[in-house]
Amino acid sequence: MIAPPKPELVTVNIDGKEIAVPKGTNVIEAARLVGVDVPHYCYHPKLAIVGNCRMCLVEMGMPAVDPATKAPVIDPATGKQKINWIPRPQIGCGTNAAPGLHIRTNTPMVKDCREGVMEFLLINHPLDCPICDQAGECKLQEQATGYGRGYSRFIEQKNVKPKRTQLGPRVTLDDERCVLCSRCIRFSRDIAKDDVLGFIDRGSHSTLTCYPGKKLENNYSLNTVDICPVGALTSTDFRFKMRVWFLKQTNSIDTESSVGANTVVWSREGAIYRITPRRNDEVNDTWMADTGRVLYKQVKADNRLTSVKINGADSGLDIAVNAAAELFKAGSVAIVGSGRSSVEEQFLTRKLATTLKAPAHLVSRVGEGDRLLISADRNPNVRGALVTGLIAALPSAQLTELAAQIDAGKVKTVVSVGEDLAAAGLSAAQLAKVAIVYLGTYANETSAAARVVLPTLTVFEKGGTFVNQQFRVQKFLKAVPGAEGATDDLVVLAKLVAAAGGGSVPSEINTLWKTIAAEVPALGTMTFANLPETGLLLDATPWSALPFAEGETLHYKPTKAAQLVVGS
Amino acid sequence: MDFFFQLPLWIQGIAKGLAVIAVLFPLAAACSMAERKISAWIQGRPGPNRTVVPWLAWIPIIVPFLQRLGVFQLAADGGKFVFKEDPVPGHVNKLYFIAAPVLAMIPALTTITIVPFGAYLNDVGQLVPIVLANVDIGLLAVLAISSLGVYSVILAGWASNSKYPFLGSIRASAQLISYELSMTLSVLPVFLWVNAPGGQGTLSLFDVVQVQSGQGFHFDSLWLGLWMPVSAFIFLVALFAETNRQPFDMAESEADLVGGFHTEYGAFKWSLFFVAEYAHMIVGSGVFTLLFLGGWNPLPGLPLTTVVHGLQHWISFAGHPLFMGVLGILIFLGKVGFFIFFFMWVRWTLPRFRYDQIMKIGWQKLLPLSIGNLIFYALLIALIQK
Amino acid sequence: MAVIPVSRKPLSFAERTYIPQILGGLKITFKRMLKPAETMEYPEQRPEIPKHYRGVPTLVKDPNGREKCVSCQLCEFVCPPKAIRITPGEIPLDAPTGHVEKAPQAFDIDMLRCIYCGLCQEVCPEEAIFLQNQYSMTGYTRAEMVNHKDRLYELGGTLPDQHHKWDKKKAAEEHGNAH
Repeated sequence: MIAPPKPELVTVNIDGKEIAVPKGTNVIEAARLVGVDVPHYCYHPKLAIVGNCRMCLVEMGMPAVDPATKAPVIDPATGKQKINWIPRPQIGCGTNAAPGLHIRTNTPMVKDCREGVMEFLLINHPLDCPICDQAGECKLQEQATGYGRGYSRFIEQKNVKPKRTQLGPRVTLDDERCVLCSRCIRFSRDIAKDDVLGFIDRGSHSTLTCYPGKKLENNYSLNTVDICPVGALTSTDFRFKMRVWFLKQTNSIDTESSVGANTVVWSREGAIYRITPRRNDEVNDTWMADTGRVLYKQVKADNRLTSVKINGADSGLDIAVNAAAELFKAGSVAIVGSGRSSVEEQFLTRKLATTLKAPAHLVSRVGEGDRLLISADRNPNVRGALVTGLIAALPSAQLTELAAQIDAGKVKTVVSVGEDLAAAGLSAAQLAKVAIVYLGTYANETSAAARVVLPTLTVFEKGGTFVNQQFRVQKFLKAVPGAEGATDDLVVLAKLVAAAGGGSVPSEINTLWKTIAAEVPALGTMTFANLPETGLLLDATPWSALPFAEGETLHYKPTKAAQLVVGS
Repeated sequence: MDFFFQLPLWIQGIAKGLAVIAVLFPLAAACSMAERKISAWIQGRPGPNRTVVPWLAWIPIIVPFLQRLGVFQLAADGGKFVFKEDPVPGHVNKLYFIAAPVLAMIPALTTITIVPFGAYLNDVGQLVPIVLANVDIGLLAVLAISSLGVYSVILAGWASNSKYPFLGSIRASAQLISYELSMTLSVLPVFLWVNAPGGQGTLSLFDVVQVQSGQGFHFDSLWLGLWMPVSAFIFLVALFAETNRQPFDMAESEADLVGGFHTEYGAFKWSLFFVAEYAHMIVGSGVFTLLFLGGWNPLPGLPLTTVVHGLQHWISFAGHPLFMGVLGILIFLGKVGFFIFFFMWVRWTLPRFRYDQIMKIGWQKLLPLSIGNLIFYALLIALIQK
Repeated sequence: MAVIPVSRKPLSFAERTYIPQILGGLKITFKRMLKPAETMEYPEQRPEIPKHYRGVPTLVKDPNGREKCVSCQLCEFVCPPKAIRITPGEIPLDAPTGHVEKAPQAFDIDMLRCIYCGLCQEVCPEEAIFLQNQYSMTGYTRAEMVNHKDRLYELGGTLPDQHHKWDKKKAAEEHGNAH
């Protein structure tokens, strides 16, 4: 692991508390470090600073020095250096920490400023919190609690602006609620590079809108909903589905690609309602792709496998495992692992492969990266298979080698851990020629042809880890209970290993990690429970020569070797 | 009438037995409803007034009246007791457990046979008591048989093989024995008075009533309650104790003993105990009426025969033995009814005595008082009859 | 605290015999027996419901017949025994109340769980849920004891509320900006 460079520190004084912060930190972030909250709307740590909401006004001052001698001026009353306070309040977001900077956030002037800003923001606000999806996570609601006056002095008619505007396929706009912070505009322009949003008209008629003839339809449009401090931009998918205060938050990982964007899964009583990004400054900042937000729908998909089947007939798990063991006895087994399985599952798949002395294959999925948060490798965990030793070389998209072995009669049984063999290039005749043991979540050609079908869980129903393109081990947790009839992949794999004669291996994830740490050198110092939320970076040098498919994305640059191969 | 007496003796016996059961059982059950209604009235409630037989509900006035009175409730309760599940706990002595309620019924029903409840003048102008068994030992038999009732309580408590029933039955037996003494001593003056020296001694209850059937206000024709008020008082208090009624219901005492001796009983067996208690009350009230309140005589100094003779001037059939018998029975039942009401009235007025208070009253107060009473009347009667 | 010894009055002979007290008690109970019963005979006679009584929670409509609930789910949130269950839904834009945008798709109150605390009424920002006079809820099955939306509106009826918050909003929309 590479040590980050030591930043240059400057000392600031916030509400009487001294703190050393890296140079360039603005006052809002510095105050956050000492536990002082400076309210704000337009400021966002990952966006450009514009300073147009005026909510973060604070008092600032610098230690007084004699202009001639540069000697500190001592206040005779306190015996300390005098502070020259700026007579007018300054915005916190636009001011960077300077040595000796003094900040006051609790003075009557600051309070007056905040209350004034709040009153102006609320005069035209529709106050429709009861029907607003942002209620519960709305900054305006929060600040109104702290700095609102509780009643309105505004007796004129409120502004009327368009409500329920569809900005794009996934985003609904209620202009009346907008506080004109311009976060969404900056995001679209600077991060998504799709500059379609802007304000029109002036004063209280200012309205957020799309460029005529365009729509907010890029794959990152829903991030504008996340960063909108009020309920102006709301997700069409999540619209009026559930109030956020009922939802349980579970940390998870986006499985779309090898970027491994950190996410939060919001669920209530076993049903997932939405997925939002989780801040990880090393991986995805505070963003994620729209496509990753609808993945929860696969949990309740129609083609979910919900019953153990032997030769198409419903059966029990143990009976099916025994039936699979019977198939293993004949020998000539091949195993198809998956780059979508977690590290733990790949470890158990490797165990199964070594127990059966079977060759392990993997299927790669390579698409086009969008240079932001979707990489070329659409498997979230190919590097996990490398780390656990399931495979040694990068996989190919087609199982040509396995197909040839089937044709040659060298393989009689294929164990597929979540991979559709037909989609990976095996013909129906080849599928019919071998006995297939299929572990998976959805019905497909392989499950239809399989001798033994063992339903397993989706990523939202289990815990585990993925290794992303940076070789960062990141964990995801169980958000909702598993579907009825499906069993945790780890349990199924552990049973298969035991049935194949590999002895008993733990299937509970924390216990299993002890075995993994003992047997996989790269993961030797880790435990599942202690894995930090932002992940842990592994040493990638053993695999640096491999030609990985990923191009450049946010916080990731391919190594030279890989670039060479890709470039050549 | 003649036809009945011509029947074989055993058929007569069975008929009389059935008559007792047929009359006393519903009467006792009716008492339970009366108890509920009286308690309700005393407590400002309407009491049971909801139950009605569905296919009778259309009848106006009568059925709603009976419904308000709780008559159908009584029938429903009776039916329930017969048909509900009758569990026998696993820890009990089955034979004695089942025998106890039966034993409770036997003395309760037997004593009624000895109690005369009316009289009529036969063809030769002789007053004949209406009684199932006019035995000469009368009161002695009543006392002897009714005190057998304690065995059922002891048996129930013992057979239940459980703490509270056991305590309840022990208390009850001690209480019954304690108060039996005073009770017996309190009636002795009555029989000293009834049996003139030198005559043939009798304990017949009919004869006691005869003594109270004198005409006019002479002290020797008065009701004995007026002539011997202390005896009457002691007898009444002892009667409360003997029938296990409040404030002497130590045997049940639900506040400290759950249900007392019948804690483990339910359904029909429990209802037998219940009926036995009311039967005891009815018989006890009857005996009290006979001993101290002139039996079937309507008023002190105004015997039934005089009334009937008087009525003959107005109503032609008043001289018929049947009329006189029915009139006597009605008067007698009226008095008994009042006493049953009195029992209930006391129950819903007074709290229960403590057990030590009961023993103290029985042995230290009532017993000396009854002995003193006996000595006083013995001397007085000796003086008068000299 | 000062201790004040109070001498207990010795009982007189009459008192020690209990008899005067017993007779006094009998007198009282006999008098009571002759008075009419205090009991209210329930199904025929109904008690007068006091103002602000907290009966069965119901949903109400405004004087124009619009359902007032906008399914903000605050009552579901505040409900201590978790008796309320709401499925929010969207009002189609072309509906007469389309400007309200949101209304409950399903609104269930499980009366087996409800504790009649009235917090739902207190928390409701739209004054749509009220605990009214209905106090007798019975049913033969558990399912029957769950009041669905239709039943809640049937129980609740219309309340003469004169705010017309949403009507004003609609008027403003049609009238446009008044600057």
